[in-house]
Amino acid sequence: MTKSTFVGSLHKNIFAGFVVSLIALPLGLSLAIASGMPPSAGIVSAIVGGIVTALLGGSYVTIAGPGYSLVVVMLSAVTTLAGPDYYQGYLLTLSAIVLAGVLMFLLGLLRMGGLAAFFPSSAIEGMMAAIGLSLIAKQFHVMLGLATLKKSSLELLVDIPAQLWHFLTTAASDTGLLIAGWLGIVSLLILLFNSYIRNSFYQRIPAPMWVLLIAIALSYYYEWTSKSSPIAADGFIALPNSIEKLVVFPDFSFSWPIISVAMTIAFVGSIESLLSIKAVDKLDVFKRRSNANRDLKALGAATAVSGALGGLNVVTVISRSSVNVTQGATNRSANFFHGAFLVLFVVVFSQTLNRIPLSALAAILVYTGFKLSHPLKFVAAYKVGFEQLFIFVVTLIATLSTNIVLGVFIGALSTLISHLLITRDPLLFFLNLFKPNVLAFKEPQEDTFFVSVKHYCTFLNFYKLQKKLDAIGYTKKVVLDFSLCKFVDHTAMEGVESYVQSYEKKGGSVEVIGLDTLGASSSHPFAVRKMSSSRGSFSKVLTRRQRQLADMAQEYLWTYSPTNLELKSPLGDFVYFATRNLNRSYNMLIDADKRCTVFDIEYSEGEFIAKEDVKSTLMLLDLNCSIPVFTLTREGLLERLYALAGYQDIQIGKHKDFNKRFHLSGPSEEKIIAFFDDALVLFFESNAIYHIESNGRQLLVFKNERLLSPSEIKALAYFGRELVSLIECNSTS
Amino acid sequence: MAKKTSDTSPLFKKVLFGFAFSPNLENNLFEVLRVCRFLGAELTLLHVGACTADKKQAIDALLEKIPEAQVVGQILWQEGDPYQTIYDQCALLDIDLLVIGAQQHESLFRFYVGSVARKLTRNVGCSVLLLINAAKERVACKHVVVNGILSDYTASSIYAAFFMAQQLGAQQLTVVEEIAPKAIKVAVEDDRTLIKSLRKRHQLEVSEDRRIQKIIEEIPEALKEGVSLRSQPIFGKRGYSIGHFAEISRADLLVMNAEKQTSLFKRIFTRDIEFILSDLPCELLIVRPKIKAHD
Repeated sequence: MTKSTFVGSLHKNIFAGFVVSLIALPLGLSLAIASGMPPSAGIVSAIVGGIVTALLGGSYVTIAGPGYSLVVVMLSAVTTLAGPDYYQGYLLTLSAIVLAGVLMFLLGLLRMGGLAAFFPSSAIEGMMAAIGLSLIAKQFHVMLGLATLKKSSLELLVDIPAQLWHFLTTAASDTGLLIAGWLGIVSLLILLFNSYIRNSFYQRIPAPMWVLLIAIALSYYYEWTSKSSPIAADGFIALPNSIEKLVVFPDFSFSWPIISVAMTIAFVGSIESLLSIKAVDKLDVFKRRSNANRDLKALGAATAVSGALGGLNVVTVISRSSVNVTQGATNRSANFFHGAFLVLFVVVFSQTLNRIPLSALAAILVYTGFKLSHPLKFVAAYKVGFEQLFIFVVTLIATLSTNIVLGVFIGALSTLISHLLITRDPLLFFLNLFKPNVLAFKEPQEDTFFVSVKHYCTFLNFYKLQKKLDAIGYTKKVVLDFSLCKFVDHTAMEGVESYVQSYEKKGGSVEVIGLDTLGASSSHPFAVRKMSSSRGSFSKVLTRRQRQLADMAQEYLWTYSPTNLELKSPLGDFVYFATRNLNRSYNMLIDADKRCTVFDIEYSEGEFIAKEDVKSTLMLLDLNCSIPVFTLTREGLLERLYALAGYQDIQIGKHKDFNKRFHLSGPSEEKIIAFFDDALVLFFESNAIYHIESNGRQLLVFKNERLLSPSEIKALAYFGRELVSLIECNSTS
Repeated sequence: MAKKTSDTSPLFKKVLFGFAFSPNLENNLFEVLRVCRFLGAELTLLHVGACTADKKQAIDALLEKIPEAQVVGQILWQEGDPYQTIYDQCALLDIDLLVIGAQQHESLFRFYVGSVARKLTRNVGCSVLLLINAAKERVACKHVVVNGILSDYTASSIYAAFFMAQQLGAQQLTVVEEIAPKAIKVAVEDDRTLIKSLRKRHQLEVSEDRRIQKIIEEIPEALKEGVSLRSQPIFGKRGYSIGHFAEISRADLLVMNAEKQTSLFKRIFTRDIEFILSDLPCELLIVRPKIKAHD
């Protein structure tokens, strides 16, 4: 970005940073309190996150600050690292945060920016849902103004109805509890129904800020009317009254429990950040690609600095980042200003902020937890397939009952088990685990990159495909072939879709071929796909390519049928198929007057040959006139085959260039020379080279011996129709 | 090294085929005899095991059915360890090419323990042809793929590939230059590094292509006639990418350099030629400069 545009867009970034800081303030306060730390810890983390990552980071419109995924980890660290002395526990946790920052920095140095791709997406979703549930568990009673309870997340979750009952029965006799509790509930309702309020003035201020404003307004109301708030003093947050007092220095000591907390923070923080960075890149209007490794280093540095100053760890946060983008941020300076505005808030409003009751802040976290563990997430997982729901639930339970890191690994293990159960082919996975399985090369004479994936493509090896797709550049055309794959999992399908979008955004394309013959486990577009054992059995679920073909058929009034179909006429009288065995034909497109047929076929090369089946896309054109038998192909490709059939090479006298590029042969030289007039020669010379074979009444046309992508099929069909009209026009004249 | 003279005298004069009485024997014999006729080579058949009247009769009956039977010079019967016997005979008879019938995909057990075929492929002192598609009827060989990596052996492999293409009547020959992604030296992390890496990629492609062209210039014109040549740079794991490419491009014969000794360690952490041996995409010719008995 040049300097002039940097200055030119400065006002936009300042504004976006301001709006984000309005959200970051309440969130920072609530996350710090939920973590068992002084509220200032969240603010310090957001300030440091904003400033340090803006200066060092590798992404553009992300916002860094305290994240919700580690709240429970922090809370348990604070309450256990130094026994009952929670303040000492907080100081020790700070040293774990500093260490975690160093570890994250190292991950960045080791180029682990692709770390998130190693985990199955349903397991990540399950982990997030578990984090959401534990946020609800730890904060629900705080939202109701009840005393802190010391129970595990699962016990607290089960306890929620009892807490509600306790609140409703005792609140009548205790005004403090009554007001704190109802303030929490109203705050939650505001957050839940925020999007239904259409007032444009109301929508200008983010919902969490409304919660703070209402809470502060309420406190002023009580001060003016009754001189004292009915809510007990420990029901409010306590911010220090000067900026220097915000800063707390850690008690550096590195015992094993502290190191293990640090490793958890580094691991979960990195995954949360990397997922967010990738998601935010898709929102960026300038279509820039973030440097995840550099960002990881910046986040590590920010975490270490934040920990050293008494703050929470720093991660890239998705919801604040997306607000940042919608408010018009264009570069990292927005992140910087969000930190700067927070400094200003603390300096100017620190006393006002002390009027915020804890119950209102707890409502913000209960709402966040609810969003993360929304019941629709279970439905969404089930829609992809029953096995995804299984992985989701296993990860969720494992995370809640053990810890986050172990939970994710159990989730990955359950995914692997589900793959073994689905494929019933453990050797497929274990024999090929360490082998490279992706081939990428630029196709000769074309500007297309061909990427072929072999064996299987799952979370275990998706990073290999990812590397190749990243290295090609999003402005290119890519044909991604899965026809040698026996199994493709949900994580890979989702990952490929994300590349399809990234490429499309930058003017390139990723077209997926070879999935059509793999069966799907559900009708979801990202469902697991596996090779069906019986020939001819097809899933009713169309792949993206099949849907595109169906759309194309609708557009041009053709008919399309994805299933196994018998061809109208056998291909055996074409020389090309004389020694080849046709196994099946499918994905058939037939034009309105039923004379042009484009289809995929599978054939084997002769009997008893151990070679794998060939999958290819062909076009068959029916002519209403008779033409000589001939074959026209790229020079040097299939000459020998036709020589065996008794065909001879034919030169068209004056067209030297044509003779050089094409190999024309057939049994009757005279007729063919007469047939290839100037118009036809010019037509072939000016179009892409296809292989064309005539049997006298029909033409067989194909491009490569592989399946074609939808755009290539369109080009093929267009070529075919032009060719037919040219030939028929010639024969009538 | 490639011969600079324009003669196209047979590259493989003496061929050895070790046979066992398996159900596939008939197909294998048809194929081997045919290949020998194309190559203009003399074939020695070797059976590791006792020579009984039944067996002798069976093999004679089979040979009678095959029109190319005149290429068979001698049939040897030797008792002993199959690997050691074949290994010794190759050296003793000054064999140029050892032909072995192979399985396309090897089982887990075979992969790590190793079959006799594989052990010979790795260690024997001459070139090796692994057949997977042996058939009675000839299946035309249309496409030959050969490796073009930077190695002392590459020139002789490319020479052999042209020779085979010429003798077997293949029209298409592709030289695959596998370039290790490490050679790019730029990790793609964002748009800036992407541009850098694309530039570096292009440089590498051009310099690799120049190197291959030099090797091809050395090859006699007679061998190049009628063969359409293509060179295909691929960025990917060495030894793996060429096998995958051969499969994708429907190659009929893959020609590879021989490697120096391979250890069990390499088999567990599969590398180079081991990728192809564990998952043969097509017939495979491994070109190895001959180790003479007196060397």
